[in-house]
Amino acid sequence: MTRTDQWKLAGVIVATALALWYLWPSYQYYTMSPQQRATLAPARLAELRKGAVQLGLDLQGGMHIVLEVDRSKLSVAEAKDAPDRAMEIIRNRVDQFGVAEPLIQRQGEDRIVVQLPGLTDRQRAIDLIGKTALLEFKLVRTQEEARVLFDRLDSYLAARGAVPAGLDSSLRRSPLTGHFLSLDAAAFVRDADVPVVQQLLATSGIDSIIPIDSELAWGDVQDFQGVSGRSLYVLKKEPEMTGGSVASAEARVGLSQTNPGAWGVSMKMTPKGRADFARVTGNNVGRLLAIVLDGVVASAPNIRERIPSGDASITGSFDLTTSRDLAIVLRAGALPAPVHMVEERSVGPSLGSDSIHEGLLAMGLGTAMVIAFMSIYYQLSGLIAVSALLLNLVYVVACIAGFGATLTLPGIAGLALSVGMAVDTNVLIFERIREELRRGRSVRQSVELGYNRAFRTILDAHLTTIISSLFLFQFGTGPIKGFAVTLIIGLVANMFTAVLFTRMVFDWMLGRGGKAERLSI
Amino acid sequence: MLQFLHGTNIPFMKSRKFAYMFSGAMMLATLAWLVLNGGPRYGVDFTGGTLLQMRTSREVPADEMRSTLDGVGLTGYELQQGSGDDRNQYMLRLRSEEKRDVFATVKQGVESRFQGVTIELRSNDVVGPKVGGELRQKAVWAMLTSLGAILVFVGIRYEFKFAFGAVVALFHDVFITLGVLCFFHREMTLTVLAALLTIAGFSINDTIVIFDRIRERSKELRKEKHSRVMDIAVNETLSRTVITSLTVFLTALALFIWGGEVLRDFSLAMLVGVAFGTYSSVFVASALALDTWIRLDRRKGITAE
Repeated sequence: MTRTDQWKLAGVIVATALALWYLWPSYQYYTMSPQQRATLAPARLAELRKGAVQLGLDLQGGMHIVLEVDRSKLSVAEAKDAPDRAMEIIRNRVDQFGVAEPLIQRQGEDRIVVQLPGLTDRQRAIDLIGKTALLEFKLVRTQEEARVLFDRLDSYLAARGAVPAGLDSSLRRSPLTGHFLSLDAAAFVRDADVPVVQQLLATSGIDSIIPIDSELAWGDVQDFQGVSGRSLYVLKKEPEMTGGSVASAEARVGLSQTNPGAWGVSMKMTPKGRADFARVTGNNVGRLLAIVLDGVVASAPNIRERIPSGDASITGSFDLTTSRDLAIVLRAGALPAPVHMVEERSVGPSLGSDSIHEGLLAMGLGTAMVIAFMSIYYQLSGLIAVSALLLNLVYVVACIAGFGATLTLPGIAGLALSVGMAVDTNVLIFERIREELRRGRSVRQSVELGYNRAFRTILDAHLTTIISSLFLFQFGTGPIKGFAVTLIIGLVANMFTAVLFTRMVFDWMLGRGGKAERLSI
Repeated sequence: MLQFLHGTNIPFMKSRKFAYMFSGAMMLATLAWLVLNGGPRYGVDFTGGTLLQMRTSREVPADEMRSTLDGVGLTGYELQQGSGDDRNQYMLRLRSEEKRDVFATVKQGVESRFQGVTIELRSNDVVGPKVGGELRQKAVWAMLTSLGAILVFVGIRYEFKFAFGAVVALFHDVFITLGVLCFFHREMTLTVLAALLTIAGFSINDTIVIFDRIRERSKELRKEKHSRVMDIAVNETLSRTVITSLTVFLTALALFIWGGEVLRDFSLAMLVGVAFGTYSSVFVASALALDTWIRLDRRKGITAE
């Protein structure tokens, strides 16, 4: 063995040992039964999972959502750091939500990507993550003030003739209040009439009738004397306090006097919040204080006395889950601006496992066919090529695990192409060797020439594909990137296994038998 | 030694005019089909919208499913039922933006109407119109830059006359495969795009191998006619070309037959692409390189062919 040969051998041994080292956690993790996983210490399990090949959401199931921060209503300074702040708050919420290994990233100027592996309750996750959760405490205008405003709106609408067709004469005179089932602190509108009232309130010019320091706000759907509907409140526009004063929040039962079994959220205030709350409640005894969440009045309790303790609660139509989620978003804080979901990709667990199953089956079939063909057509040399191919797969998967890259379905396609090119590499070399043998050269010379001449072709073909893959990686989106990454890794590994490794085996085979007369190719 | 296609001497370049006609006709047919049908059928990835894959515990006939969907107030949707063993699988597409959660709505409608049937969400893709436009733009950009990079690289390594042929062949393969996919009513999705990229990779690899042999032989056989050099190179690499293409083709065939619905688009594209990729390396890439070569010679005043 020459010195270079020794270096090559050492290189192959070190690379293989490293690859196996990186593959070991994957082997352990994916061969474990769920029962075995359950008995493992959580820290050890997390460590194993981290070291194992990460499967993309398309393979393991889960949610991928992209949110866009709506910065249209923010000042320039606020708009600048709104996405970062929103991301922090979302991270907080997701952490408390309890999903294993969530991924939260900024994307571009104003987008946030949230990936939740293995999650199945989509709607809940979307509500939790996308809710602005702007909590405001606002005073409700008195009954007289509300009545005056509604009357003025009535006469404005009647004068405008902005009355939907088919209404009877009483409604023509009082188009708005005619839809009210009752009017005390708030107006109550039946479910069926809500759209009509909303349409009326959208009439142009309405804004100029409503005093500048007041606003209208709807309550949640609730029952009133056995009728389902929503309340319409007249509120003081300026909030007395906001969610920023909330120090902690938790879901509890027994917060509501009228319905003690109902779930709600109880809040503790910060010291400053406590002082503010005491002042606000002290100054407004006898009035209603609306608790407004994202523009909807959750409840509007009566202030009976000054509240120095800073304890407040939100009740309404909550169950255990929704109250728990509300507590989470209140603790994590409000988003600096509303967010809109611009992309969602969810894969259910069954489709994910089908994809893995079919992807592996396809890979297995393809590889089996290649092995059968190569060993029949090229005999012993074919077997050398096959071992190089398997070594190549080991290296690629080890790289994916080692770099912490993610294996996706398009990634498997990239792997398939790199396997195809690996076969081609050996076919090129072997055909070249056969040509040289036919020309009557010795086995040693033929191998030497075959490798040397084929090498340039192989290098060019690989370089071309690698270069175009680099561009795909740079300019492509998710799936295209996944394809490009495994392809690039596969091609680089292939240069090593299909050229260097097989050459080494040939040299070793030919070197030991002295002057080899025949080659099994 | 087991071998086939050894020592062939087929005059490939002689019939290149027919190949041009065939390729031209295929590309024109693809173009015409695309124009008449208003371009490829883009999936929600590129148009924006909602795509749901669902599976029910037992088969519900498609028309009953549709009337249920109408009943819960869905409009402008497209429902597709699986075939064979997958008859309990449904694909639901909505182009319009839907404020409600579509799956929750469907689930409620189906499970209340058909007693004992449960419905499971396989996948849910919602793409906003803005994102769809961006994805389309990015995909086109990625394809173009990567083709451009190939042109530049092959141009540097092999002179321009080769690069031109290689890129035309590449475009030819991808375009015709796209045409065949569209013909079979496959949708243009990110997965299909990955398949087209795979074909591009295969096509360029195949072309490079032949070019490399042409380059090598043209140095040794300076006296020979260009077309003869090309034929020698193609014949010498023929066994390799056939072996490699056959291996990939058979693997793709295995995927197509046993790989399931998930990989069907991908394997179909591979089958078509490999066939055309192999053909085009000889009859488009090499043939065009030959004609460019002859033309360049003529401009230099050499008329030997």
